[in-house]
Amino acid sequence: MAKSSTKKSEKPIEELSYEEALTELEGIVESLEGEQSPLEDAMRLFERGQALAAHCSALLESAQLKVQKLAGDMVAPFEEESE
Amino acid sequence: MSQPSLFSSIHLTVSQLTFHIRKQLENDPTLQDVWVEGEISNLSRPASGHIYFTLKDKNASLRCVMWKTDASRLRVNLQDGMAIEAHGRITVYEPAGQYQLAVNLIQPKGEGALYQEFLRLKAMLESEGLFDSERKRPIPELPKKIGIVTSQTGAALRDMLNTLRRRLPLVRVVLAPSPVQGVDAPLALVNALQLLNYQLPDVILLARGGGSIEDLWAFNDERVVRAVVDSKAPVICGIGHETDFTLCDFAADLRAPTPTAAAELATQTTIQDLQDLIFNHQARLSVSIFNLLGEQQAAVSSFTSRLRYVSPERRIQSEYQHLDELSRRAFSTLNHRIQLGSSNVDGISKRLQSLNPEGVLSRGYAIITRKDDGVVISKVSQARGEMKVRVSDGEFEVKK
Repeated sequence: MAKSSTKKSEKPIEELSYEEALTELEGIVESLEGEQSPLEDAMRLFERGQALAAHCSALLESAQLKVQKLAGDMVAPFEEESE
Repeated sequence: MSQPSLFSSIHLTVSQLTFHIRKQLENDPTLQDVWVEGEISNLSRPASGHIYFTLKDKNASLRCVMWKTDASRLRVNLQDGMAIEAHGRITVYEPAGQYQLAVNLIQPKGEGALYQEFLRLKAMLESEGLFDSERKRPIPELPKKIGIVTSQTGAALRDMLNTLRRRLPLVRVVLAPSPVQGVDAPLALVNALQLLNYQLPDVILLARGGGSIEDLWAFNDERVVRAVVDSKAPVICGIGHETDFTLCDFAADLRAPTPTAAAELATQTTIQDLQDLIFNHQARLSVSIFNLLGEQQAAVSSFTSRLRYVSPERRIQSEYQHLDELSRRAFSTLNHRIQLGSSNVDGISKRLQSLNPEGVLSRGYAIITRKDDGVVISKVSQARGEMKVRVSDGEFEVKK
């Protein structure tokens, strides 16, 4: 299980969406807590987990509400009127 | 039959007379705040936005006008032949010399018609099962995309966006703007709900700020209620204030008392929760790797001690010990022998001592030897010539 989850995530962490990063992080935590993996694998999982957690935190801190507006079938950025 | 007087009567122009009539009518309080019941005919809706029609009953008709501002708040879909109650005031249209009712409110005929209609529609939709709780879908805990149907210019939108920004700025918002009151509102709301569904939002907020019951009426429109039911995404309704209930509220998957509350209910998981979650994951990562390393270390040290146990060094030590033991035993045997030997020597030495002739001498015996040949005199016949007498502390000579 750990193997497949690490293989899937060949994508660089910076390119992962919050949800992708969180899902992978959860998988790593469960895998580390569950089955006994070889120490070397475990260390690699741990390091990736830490990087994923940092990535998630950074995304949360920098998150800005994105508002779009429907115009017919199109979506366009929506500028709120400033008061 | 009398001739009208040419001089005593009042002479007026048409304008003056019309103005006079108008003043009479407009000064009559009964005519300035009146409900009139009748049937619509000659309905006309020109581009100006004003609405013109005639109210009729069996014996009379009344020209009516509804100005654009009032018409925009109209919640009833007017049709020729419809029986209504119109509220307004009587005015005079001077160019045509016509009096007319300037209508500001219209409701279907019947006492409390609005409420009756509300109850009728509610009962009907309820019997269809549209309000059943089994029909209601769960609201996702962590939506990625939130659709909003509301007025683009209302305070409701601003309140909702501020709430979302504060609670879950990760989320994507798609706004489907729609008028929320007036005769065009229901269709526009239906359209917005349908279009928004193509964007596959996780949840839709259908909202409007507070207003009079007429203002909220679009949300009691059957078409809007059915659009809420038909929405693929679950719908949270936040219409008016806490005390306002519309049919959309009953049909929605979740009813919120206000637009702000709707935005809160759509974000059950906040950014704070997510930060806590990440923190928790980090902690679990550290704990598990710490445990794993600890286990590995314990295993290594256990093997180390077992290795030490079987190491040749230990055998060498044991050999040493054996050797020591042997050497100790050898030494002790030797020692014993030596002691044994030395006590023998003592005995022999004592016996030797007792055989020492000097010992006899000390008891008063003497040894006498011939001086010439040294023969020890042990018989009288041997005594002759010069002889030496040896006693314990020396010797002297005698002569026979």
